[in-house]
Formats: sequence, structure tokens, C-alpha cells
Amino acid sequence: MKKVLLSGNEAIARGAYEAGIQVVGGYPGTPSSEILENMVQYKDIYSEWSVNEKVAMDMAAGAAYSGRRAMVTTKQVGMNVLSDSLFYAVYTGLEAGLVVVTADDPGLFSTQNEQDNRHYAKLGKFPLLEPGDSQECKDFVIKGIEMSEQFDVPVVMRTTMRTSHSKSLVTLADRQTLRGEVGPFPRNMEKYNCMCLWAKQRHPIVEQRLLNLAEYADTFPWNRIEWGERKIGIIASAVVYEYAKEVFKGASFLKLGMTYPLPKGLIREFSKGVKKLIVIEELDPFIEEQIKAMGIRCIGKEIFPVCDELLPQTLRRLAIEAKLLPKREKGRPHLSAPVNLPGRSPVLCPGCPHRTSFFLLNKMKVPVAGDIGCYNLGTLPPFSAQHTMGAMGASIGVLHGMGKSGLPEPGVATIGDSTFFHAGIPPLLNMVHNKGVGTVIIMDNSTTAMTGHQDHPGIGFTLMGEKVKKVDIYELVKAIGVEKILKVNAFDVKAMEMALKECTSYQGTAVLIAEGECVFISKDPQPPYEVDLDLCTACGICSRMGCPAIVKVNALHEKTGKRKTGIDPVLCTGCDVCRQVCPTGAIKKPEKKAA
Amino acid sequence: MSQKNIDFLIAGIGGQGTVVASDILSDVGSESGYDVKKSDILGLAVRGGSVVSHVRWGEQVHAPMIEEGTAHFLVGFEWLETLRRLSYVHSKGTIVVNDCRLDPITVSSGQSDYPERDAIVTELKKAAKKVHVIPGLQTALDIGNARTLNIVVMGALSKLLEPSQSLWEGIVQKRVPKKLVDLNLEAFRKGRGLIR
Repeated sequence: MKKVLLSGNEAIARGAYEAGIQVVGGYPGTPSSEILENMVQYKDIYSEWSVNEKVAMDMAAGAAYSGRRAMVTTKQVGMNVLSDSLFYAVYTGLEAGLVVVTADDPGLFSTQNEQDNRHYAKLGKFPLLEPGDSQECKDFVIKGIEMSEQFDVPVVMRTTMRTSHSKSLVTLADRQTLRGEVGPFPRNMEKYNCMCLWAKQRHPIVEQRLLNLAEYADTFPWNRIEWGERKIGIIASAVVYEYAKEVFKGASFLKLGMTYPLPKGLIREFSKGVKKLIVIEELDPFIEEQIKAMGIRCIGKEIFPVCDELLPQTLRRLAIEAKLLPKREKGRPHLSAPVNLPGRSPVLCPGCPHRTSFFLLNKMKVPVAGDIGCYNLGTLPPFSAQHTMGAMGASIGVLHGMGKSGLPEPGVATIGDSTFFHAGIPPLLNMVHNKGVGTVIIMDNSTTAMTGHQDHPGIGFTLMGEKVKKVDIYELVKAIGVEKILKVNAFDVKAMEMALKECTSYQGTAVLIAEGECVFISKDPQPPYEVDLDLCTACGICSRMGCPAIVKVNALHEKTGKRKTGIDPVLCTGCDVCRQVCPTGAIKKPEKKAA
Repeated sequence: MSQKNIDFLIAGIGGQGTVVASDILSDVGSESGYDVKKSDILGLAVRGGSVVSHVRWGEQVHAPMIEEGTAHFLVGFEWLETLRRLSYVHSKGTIVVNDCRLDPITVSSGQSDYPERDAIVTELKKAAKKVHVIPGLQTALDIGNARTLNIVVMGALSKLLEPSQSLWEGIVQKRVPKKLVDLNLEAFRKGRGLIR
């Protein structure tokens, strides 16, 4: 069979295809987004960007109740959003297989916390698979569907950023034969309706199922003992197993592909066969604590950290320090990079519509409750203009709390269009109903920008490319009952400033819709702007726009000796915002060349 | 070269085409009979962030990440980003670096200074056995498309590796847009000519 190089996420999409999955939903979030983006190449699978993870989970449950194999994809913290629905699906079970993929983010490359989603398996009482490379990503989706149908339970597969984004060789296979017609829908209320009296009957079934799964775990093909030297025995899962294989060459291994419930038989056999038992895990001691609870002695978090991504070099260093490995042979030590190199910190793109809002919020010095999206970069200098951020949609609720606390200054919330649809509507409803005071800026850039420009209800097409009616944010906000709504061009600094002043002096819930397309989807690129160095006084106001296209040039101001401003012609998109704030008129739109 | 494993670290900036370059390098390894794994590390910003790719060829590759001090090749698309990843190169390894300076906003806004080019070269030479400085960007511009930079760099790297030119060119053809195949093949050959 053909071998191809696939990322973990591409392999998951392929796995869904081969497993005969027919319905897939999710909400974009690093590092999971590419799964659904790769799903659309398989034309006979229905896939959608749902408005949020919980809705995707309910949709997938509905499909699996109807007899269609289904999958849900989410980033790590999206599990918090969908868990409410996942947990009922564990009680009900399903008519067809259902796999939930959570892509965790050890190292916090793009997430607000470092939670280890494996704990959900214990809380929600469902089986958990942990692939370590792309081949396993594909295989585990297929196996997951099989297990889901065998045990009548959703199966959760947990990847990490490293597994989702790394590429490795994958052997492809054909798509499984699909179920034909479905229906009628099962009228099995005692199973599918979690009314308390029926849920009470389901609970013992859930517990018995866990016992059956624990027995099965000992036979799960990717739980295996690899005997080597018996001095050290290592238990590891996922990509950490791959790292450990290179660091502890020749040691004995118990590789775990299924980490809940654990294969207790294999663990007992392995622990008896080795002198020293070591459990290596990224993040929490999820496996280690269960093994210790079995009464088996092992070492784990005494040596290896709970925080951050566990890299192979860290693993080796800590193993040497703990005398599990001999010191490395002496050679010329490798050089480290010099310290204090200029950083290349993330910034809002040139031409970003969010720039104006943060320039003004910085100037107005108001407290700002932020939200999740590119606009969180408004937190960083030179703006330093978002003071809180914690979860999708949290900005509006936090703003409401600020208002109800009687702060002496007017509060502002910043939230993007996709995040507003995801979790911003209920808190806005709440503000209106409970007479909240504060300004919500809905930064409508017509896309889900940070995760790679996915669709949402405010955009006129779906993941599968179908044209649909756009939801009008203005009308939606009006229907919610907001009485003060202003809609302004985000690239018009003066208009934005006036609107912000009007909103922040209003004694009630005000919404400012700042409209401006993300530079990545804009179809109207403008020629780069220029600076008239004779007029530039090196005042530095334009630098407060935090635009990568604005640079310092070698020309100095005669009196202050400060370096004047230039504009990088490659980066500048001609958004015009810097021209509007330049007090001397030095920044200019290039003159149109005569035809 | 008859090494069992070859590890590459590619360092650059979002938009320079490093990810496509690492895909090509991975395909070449796989086509040459190696097991291959690779890992791209992208920053938060969509454009202009620091980007690193780890590419590993071997008989059986487990980890998709290289350990510090072990890379046989450090391939840098920009001076500062190459310097930043210096700890990864093996002291007997090779550095291929594109002669290109792109100021991060910390430098362009006057907050910090970009290291001198000569000082960077000195550091690179201390870290690795062999350093090739190539005019990659200029070569790409001469061809008429700055975006062929990644293929120019891969051309240069190919000269230092065993797989044949025709194998490389076959992969390049598959990995670039159809309309730009000829342009990229020219870029690849020009790049290959930069290493003597």
C-alpha cells in the first residue's frame, strides 16, 4: 500500500475517511484546525465548522444516534465547552461509532492554560486513546470507531500539538463500506433520554462498561511490552514514548496507546519484569497516579516536570541528572545562541483592522476585558490595551461584572466576530436583561482569523463551500435589545474615536461594531505609503500603531537627533491608518502615476 | 555520505517558504528510502513570526524533534533566525545560511539593535565545522520572483547531500504550483550552483 507523508491532523482526517465516518463537526482552534480543513477533500463526508464545540458535539451525537459514524474535533480548551454534551453521550451510548478528537497544547503555543485533557476520561468515564505519530493518528480513529460500536460509548482520542503538527509516513488504505440508508430514528427513550430516573439506570451500565474496557485494554494492539534490558523499565504513551525510545536506547518499554482505562494486567507483568519502573509523561501524572494506586512502586514526577512541553533534550538531561543514564561522552560542547538577541514577538499584521481600536484604547486609558483571537495581540506593547483574557466569550461577562462593581471609569470589552458567535451572545443578552453598563467592541473582520480564516455564521459560505445567507451582526445585536449600537469603519480613526467616546459615556449597554476585513481575505490591496522625510519630525506617534511596516530610518531629526520614520514597501498594505495619526502630514498615499 | 541518520534544522520567518522547503526535504528523504519525521514550529503571528522546522532522515526515526547539539545541517533563511537556533547544530555539522537581514519590530522601532553581520558569521563559524553563506534572496530576485527563495536554498542544500539532482527536481515539481514549475526548477539549479 502507498506510503505518504502526513501531519497528525491530516492523518486523522484520512482515518475518518477510511473508518467510514460520514458526519464531522468542530470549531477552529490550534492545534486542531487542520483536521476539518483536510476533511473537505473527502467529498462524501458531511463536515462543518459549528458555531462552537458544544454544538459540534451535539450535532455529532445526533448523527451517531441516527446511525451515522461521526467525529468531533476540538482544541484542548474546547473540551471544556463540549464536555457537558460529551458526558450525556457517554451515558446514552450510540447507534453508530463516535470519536472525539482533542488536540492538547503542552507548552502553551497558542492556548490560555496547559490543562491535561486526559483527566476528562476519568471524570466522564470514557475510553481514551493517545497516538504518538501520524500512522497512529490514522489507525486510532479507525480503531476508535470500532471500539465505540463494540462498547457503545464515544471514544476520545487525545493528540498534542507535537503529534498534530508533526509529519511522518502513513500507509493508506481504502474507505470501509458505508452503512446504506439510516432510520427510522430510535425511539429508545430509556437509553437516549437522560431523564434522571433513566440516567440512574444507565449509571451501572456505564460502570460495567468501564470494567469491560479495562479488560479490553490488556488486548489493545497498541498497548505492548517491548522487552530490552531489565534494569530500567519505562512506561510511556504518545510522542513521549517516541522520545524515550531514543533517549533510553535498549531499555524495556511498556508502550501505551490506550491510557484509560489502563491495561492493569500488562502493567503488573511489566513491573514484575524490571528492576526500576519509570513513568514518563508530559504534563500531569495521569498514568503514574493510577499505577501508584494499584500499589506498584514507580518513579515519575520526582524527575520529570509537570509544566511545559517535554522535549527529548530535557528528557535526556533530567535522566542524566537522576543517574538513570550515564553522562554523555565528552566532546566539544555545542554553542548556545548569544543571549539578548532581538525577539521576533508576534504583532498585528500590517493592514490589520484591529490596530485602530487598540491605538485608541491605549490613548483613552480605559480598562479593557479582552477575548480570544488575534486581537489579543492588543495586550502587547505598544498598545498594552487589553487587561484581562481568559476564555471564549468571557470579555462581555467580565465587562458586566466591572460595571456592576461600580468602577469609577467606563469599561470596554473587545471580542471578534467568530468569538461573538461562539460564546458572546448569551453574555450580551445577560447584560441587556440585567441593565449592564459598558461598551462592547465587536471587531468584525469577516473571518475566524487567528486559526486560519475559517467560516462562521457572519460569512456567506460554509466549510464545504456552499453559499449561505450571512447573519447580520447589527440586526442580531438589535434583536438582543441593545439600544446603543454604532457601526463604524475600523480604518477610520476619527470616526472610531468619536464612536468610542459616545459609547463609553453612555449609561447602559453599548455596542460598537468595528468593521474592517482581515488583510488576509481583503480583495482590495492598496499600494504602499511613503514618508516625506522633510516633514517627518521623528515624533514617534506612528510607532504607537505597532505596525511592522513602520520602521526607523537613518535620517535624523535636526534638533532632537531622533531617527525619522520610513515605511517598508513590501510589508505596507496601504491601510491608511498611520497617515491619519501623523500630526505633520509626513505620511502620504503614493501619487497616482499619470496614465 | 553514508550516514545512517541525517538531522536538519530549518530556521526562518513566516512567509519565507520554510515549511514548503521542509516538506520537500522530507519527501526527498522518504523517496531515497529513509524513514522520515518532521515538525514545524510556528509562532502566534500569521506573518513575520519566527519559524523552525525539524526534519529527520534515518533508518527508523522515533522523535520528530532534534536534540540540541545534534543537527547535521542548520539551514537558515535569515541571519538573526539562524543565530537564534545555533544551539541545535552539531560541532561537526554544516550551516547553510541565506544572506538576508529582516528586522523584527523590536529593531525597526528602535528598541534593540540587530547584531552585525560579521559578528554573526564569526559565531556561526565557531559553532559548526562548515559555513556556507549563499546569496539566496539575490538569486531569487535575479530569477524574477523573491518567493522562489526557498527553492534556491534547497538547491544549495541538495549539493551537499547524496540524493540525485533528478530525484530532487522530481519532488520540487510536485510541491510547487503547476504554473511555476519552470521558474522553480531554474531557482533550484541556480541554488545548486551556489555551492562549489
